[in-house]
Amino acid sequence: MSVLEVHNISKSFGSTEVLRDISFTLDEGQSLAIIGSSGSGKTTLLRCLNFLEKPNGGTISVLGNVIFDAADPATQREQEIRRKRLHFGLVFQSFNLFPQYTALDNVTLAGKLLAKEWADYKQNKKAIFDEIEAQGRELLAQMGLADRAEHYPHQLSGGQQQRVAIARALALKPDILCFDEPTSALDPELTGEVLKVIRSLAEQNTTMIIVTHEMAFARDVADRVIFMDGGVIVEEGRAHDVIENPKEERTRQFLSRYAEH
Amino acid sequence: MFLTVIGALNEGFLQTLKLFAVTLVGAIPLGLIISFGSMSRFAPLRYVTKTVVWIIRGTPLMLQLIILFFVPGMIRSAGSPWPSGESGRFMAACIAFIINYACYFSEIYRGGIQGVPVGQQEAGLVLGMTKTQIFFKVTLLQMVKRIIPPMSNEIITLVKDTSIARIISFQELIWAGYAFLKGSHGYSGLLWPLFFTGVYYLLFVGILTLLFGYIERRLSYFR
Repeated sequence: MSVLEVHNISKSFGSTEVLRDISFTLDEGQSLAIIGSSGSGKTTLLRCLNFLEKPNGGTISVLGNVIFDAADPATQREQEIRRKRLHFGLVFQSFNLFPQYTALDNVTLAGKLLAKEWADYKQNKKAIFDEIEAQGRELLAQMGLADRAEHYPHQLSGGQQQRVAIARALALKPDILCFDEPTSALDPELTGEVLKVIRSLAEQNTTMIIVTHEMAFARDVADRVIFMDGGVIVEEGRAHDVIENPKEERTRQFLSRYAEH
Repeated sequence: MFLTVIGALNEGFLQTLKLFAVTLVGAIPLGLIISFGSMSRFAPLRYVTKTVVWIIRGTPLMLQLIILFFVPGMIRSAGSPWPSGESGRFMAACIAFIINYACYFSEIYRGGIQGVPVGQQEAGLVLGMTKTQIFFKVTLLQMVKRIIPPMSNEIITLVKDTSIARIISFQELIWAGYAFLKGSHGYSGLLWPLFFTGVYYLLFVGILTLLFGYIERRLSYFR
């Protein structure tokens, strides 16, 4: 079943068209890698899914419900957008951890704030917070950071910070977890530990969209790959097929530049 | 003689402290409101706020104080709206100082808020936080950390600027010291009490410097 259906999404900044008629679907438990050169619109697409940018056209449906329709202002109300965002998690290229909170607090902060909206928050505050914290520690342990829970971001390496950021995104149990070039800001020797974590999430059938420049990783970990160029989807298919035997000339050119390195 | 002078200077210093404290209590939150105005997406509000900040920062505080204290009485047929005596002078001084310092603070806040990377707000948004939650739980402390050094500067300047209120005869520390030169408490032509006021300012600024150093150290646990 499709968790995500994106239909004819387009986005312009002023007169510059960044996305044109982007459509794709994503099934539950699948991981989708989006590849393409800088400026091809990959990041803008992720930002549209997370409501950080507002598309000029098209629709986004999650679990069969239209959560965004550019033609229907009723789907764009500010208060509802906040809730709808929770369908998606986003891991940023630059981590964006909150520097004044420990790793654990980074992971649990949003959950604790959301718990305030629950009906039984007042009576069960202690139990709810204990539960959120236990879950946060578990996620950090899963990221191999059990002994780093009380560290502040500046006391962690880039790879550790990014793993905290992944735990933070997972803590809200999003339907679809998005990664925006998760290893691009890392030193080469630190990318491995982050890719390993994402790989294990794929093995646990986490539904994911990964914007990446790591071609071998996309080929081995993702189920499907989309190649974008100039704001359109040029080629789409099974990961291995697209990266090993691209059908389109533009995809071939793009991949050959990676093969040279 | 020494005790008489110290007693009078203490009284003046108390007035200085009162003006200092009330200005801070008023200007710190008012500055935040003004900074939101100057960052508003609603252009007319932004222009009006920026113009007000320009006028207040572009003219001497002393002039603002004189205008605020004397002009209402000149244009109102009922006379000056300020209560007579020291309380009216204190009130006028507080209002002029609060508005003036709020404008300076607002620019410091604006720098502090805009200095927090956009990614912090975006991270809060994708985690389902409201704008208010993001401000209080994420942005505020990072902003506070950034603005402590420039705010320390302004606040230390404020300690000494309180002496400007002397222009409307508010009886603060310099006024009390100067009184011994002009004639007061049975003395006249005494110069040293005026010089001695400097000790008060020095000691008070010294305490504030230690306090700001302490706050900076308390906030050094994150970067």
